[in-house]
Amino acid sequence: MGKLQGLLFGLATVVLVVVATWLFATKSWLPELVSDRGAIDHALWWSLVVTGVVFILTNLLLAWFAYRYQAKEGVPATYWHDNPRLEWTWTLVTAGIMVVFTVNALSLWAQVTGPGPADAMVVEVTGQQFAWNVRYPGKDGIFGRTDVKKVDTTGFNFIGLDRDDPNAADDMMLQNQLFLPEGRPVKVRLRSLDVIHSFFLPQFRVKQDAMPGITSETWFVPQKSGTWEIACAEHCGLGHYRMRGMVTVVPAGELEQKLKEATAE
Amino acid sequence: MAHAETAHADTHAEPTSFLWKYVFSKDHKVIGIQYYVTAMFMALIAGVLAMLIRLQLAWPEKTWPLLTTLLPRGFTEGVMNPEFYAMLFTMHGTIMVFFVMSTAPVSGFGNILIPLQIGARDMAFPFLNGLSYWTFVSACFVILSSFFVGAGAAAGGWTAYPPLSALKDSIPGSQTGQDLWIVGMVLFIASFTMGGLNFVTTILNLRTKGMSLMRMPMTMWAMLLVGILGLLAFPALTAASLMLLFDRNFGTSFFLPSGIVLSGQALLTPGGQPLHQGGAPLLWQHLFWFLGHPEVYILMLPALGFTSDLIAVFARKPIFGHKAMVGAMLAIAGLSFVVWGHHMFLSGMSPYLGMAFAVGTMLIAVPSAVKVFNWLATLWKSRITYKAPMLWAMGVVSLFISGGLSGIWLGQSAVDIPLHDTKFVTAHFHLIMAGAALFGVFGATAMWFPKMFGRMMNETLGKWHFWFTFVAYYCTFFPMHYVGIAGHMRRIYDPYQYDFLKGTKGINEFMTVSAFVLGTSQLIFFVNFFWSAFKGKKAEANPWGANGLEWTTSSPPGHGNWPGDIPEIYRWPYDYSVPGAASDHVMQTDPAPVGQRAEKH
Repeated sequence: MGKLQGLLFGLATVVLVVVATWLFATKSWLPELVSDRGAIDHALWWSLVVTGVVFILTNLLLAWFAYRYQAKEGVPATYWHDNPRLEWTWTLVTAGIMVVFTVNALSLWAQVTGPGPADAMVVEVTGQQFAWNVRYPGKDGIFGRTDVKKVDTTGFNFIGLDRDDPNAADDMMLQNQLFLPEGRPVKVRLRSLDVIHSFFLPQFRVKQDAMPGITSETWFVPQKSGTWEIACAEHCGLGHYRMRGMVTVVPAGELEQKLKEATAE
Repeated sequence: MAHAETAHADTHAEPTSFLWKYVFSKDHKVIGIQYYVTAMFMALIAGVLAMLIRLQLAWPEKTWPLLTTLLPRGFTEGVMNPEFYAMLFTMHGTIMVFFVMSTAPVSGFGNILIPLQIGARDMAFPFLNGLSYWTFVSACFVILSSFFVGAGAAAGGWTAYPPLSALKDSIPGSQTGQDLWIVGMVLFIASFTMGGLNFVTTILNLRTKGMSLMRMPMTMWAMLLVGILGLLAFPALTAASLMLLFDRNFGTSFFLPSGIVLSGQALLTPGGQPLHQGGAPLLWQHLFWFLGHPEVYILMLPALGFTSDLIAVFARKPIFGHKAMVGAMLAIAGLSFVVWGHHMFLSGMSPYLGMAFAVGTMLIAVPSAVKVFNWLATLWKSRITYKAPMLWAMGVVSLFISGGLSGIWLGQSAVDIPLHDTKFVTAHFHLIMAGAALFGVFGATAMWFPKMFGRMMNETLGKWHFWFTFVAYYCTFFPMHYVGIAGHMRRIYDPYQYDFLKGTKGINEFMTVSAFVLGTSQLIFFVNFFWSAFKGKKAEANPWGANGLEWTTSSPPGHGNWPGDIPEIYRWPYDYSVPGAASDHVMQTDPAPVGQRAEKH
């Protein structure tokens, strides 16, 4: 009875380690990757491995000490409570590991948040309660001016495209549908009409907030044809849970045709 | 530093009437218990909110006739309303973070313990202390009243990001509920500020003779740092809250840019000008998280202090690396001010800022790891007796490891891209912040209950409570990492609208059942707490054989804490199992040198 609690704690900790490791090791929880952002998956994997090793080691020590050092008749605790060398060692080793992580993380971040290739296809996504407004600049590659006074929901002009602007003539607008070219870099211009939304493409490892008052950009390269979901990842109101769109990647040559069909509907 | 030979607490005569003794008290021991019990009540409410959140996440397709009868405004034909769900997660977070987990460990145990552990008759400002409690109560009233207004309580998340929280028509909770949230928060901050002033002044100025800073228990270091953090960080949220109140009600544009179109209507003046100009939602985020990040350390530091002190007592061994442990706390507290932007990596703010915050965030892992290693080294070759306080302390170490490691994933800004605003984050902070803080509070309760009430808690009930809570806590929150990696967003009323999330239903159901077990197990604690307070076995002055100054006086202490002079201190609190000593512990008040390996502390 005297040793029960320590045994239980040790066992519980071992069970935690085994179950956690097994669940992480036997199943990849990440959705399939369909973009060029594999470096993020790589960094995730390293995070798992390094923190996993630390998790296992520290917990096994915790479990063992919890059990082994329960009070025993006639055995006092050891009055040892300082070892500067040990202290410095584990501090510097930890710091070293964190430096490596940080340097890698920063270079990855610079890559991902950089301006992207000059020839990237630009598409604008404007979030609203509760839909994704997608706009293509058309053949001239220039987005027409928008003006909130021109918003006309019955006329499906949710973003207030100013048709008086000649550049707006070839702009193509869709809602909750995004078509992207396979193998070509894409730059998404993010805006919001009302509150903060967050443009989330799980399979592309893309997520960025759509912030009212700001136009921000994120770029990536779709690398597989298919259809996946667009989700909103920032609480934006009652319909946050159903702000669902579809992103379809098609071979680059088929994109123009696909857009024509989609906007004709 | 020179401390108080002449400074003393504003000593007050012992009150005689019930009103002045137990209601409008100026005694830190009473005020601490008042805070603690009020926090328990708020925890009950916030806990029920959590159970409802979990219910919806597991079975959004089911109908709930009983709940519809009890909460008719939250359910339509048996199905939970999305606005109710938004209110649930908003108020669960708000109440838990501020009204429970900033309150119980800090205002509760800080008040109970500070004068007793440093050797003072009371806090430096007893009247201010009483005032701080009643201000807190008024804050509770205001925040709870928001549930009863027409359009419901605030529903924009505990983080209250504008424009959602600023535009009254963007979600029902952003009507009066959000105004009441703001008022409640400002009152809470006022109360917390009063407390912070008291804590810092008392710890710096009222330590008894011989109680140098390095001879204080780790708990006191935590309370000192928490006081400083609160004083420096909360003003940002006060300012932001007032600015939000103005944006909502007085036509300002601190957080609202021009060009807003809400429900197809552009927000314009009658003359066609934008209703708002020049505001930035990002400003709110900077101000909020400037508080928000130190805030989470306010929740956690006391648990770290408690854990060190509890382990020393129940493992009969000095805390390993005492100087490093103090240094680690200082580093954590200091660094907590330069990492707030990691909540904003994906906000659209400059990526260069993101880099800067990533560096600080990764750095803060180092002192955190140092604490874990030192606790492990303390346990090595120790002599552990598993009373309830020790189990909770071990639980804190376990949760700190689990929750801290996932922070390393999130701190790498690019890795945050798939994980931000998913349940991975929710798992992270529930393990490290909520879990460590909660287990810290339970451990502190088990430890200092005798000192608070003069009676022992029931040890058997305490152990059952620990085991149910420990297992159920991990079962509820560890699986959340997996669904987060799978892309399960936060604050989502029905995840199964998405094909890519349909596979997470099974795990969500498992987490919900675990959460129900977790919630129900807390009844063991409530029964144990209240029954023991009145009928528990009477406690002696030092039931645990511990060294701290609080154990040199009766359980509970009388008015003025010590019947005669306040004792003098001769050593640190960690002389356990000193070779050559007469007993396995040497109290701080013991002047005698301790045998062959007498060390100067």
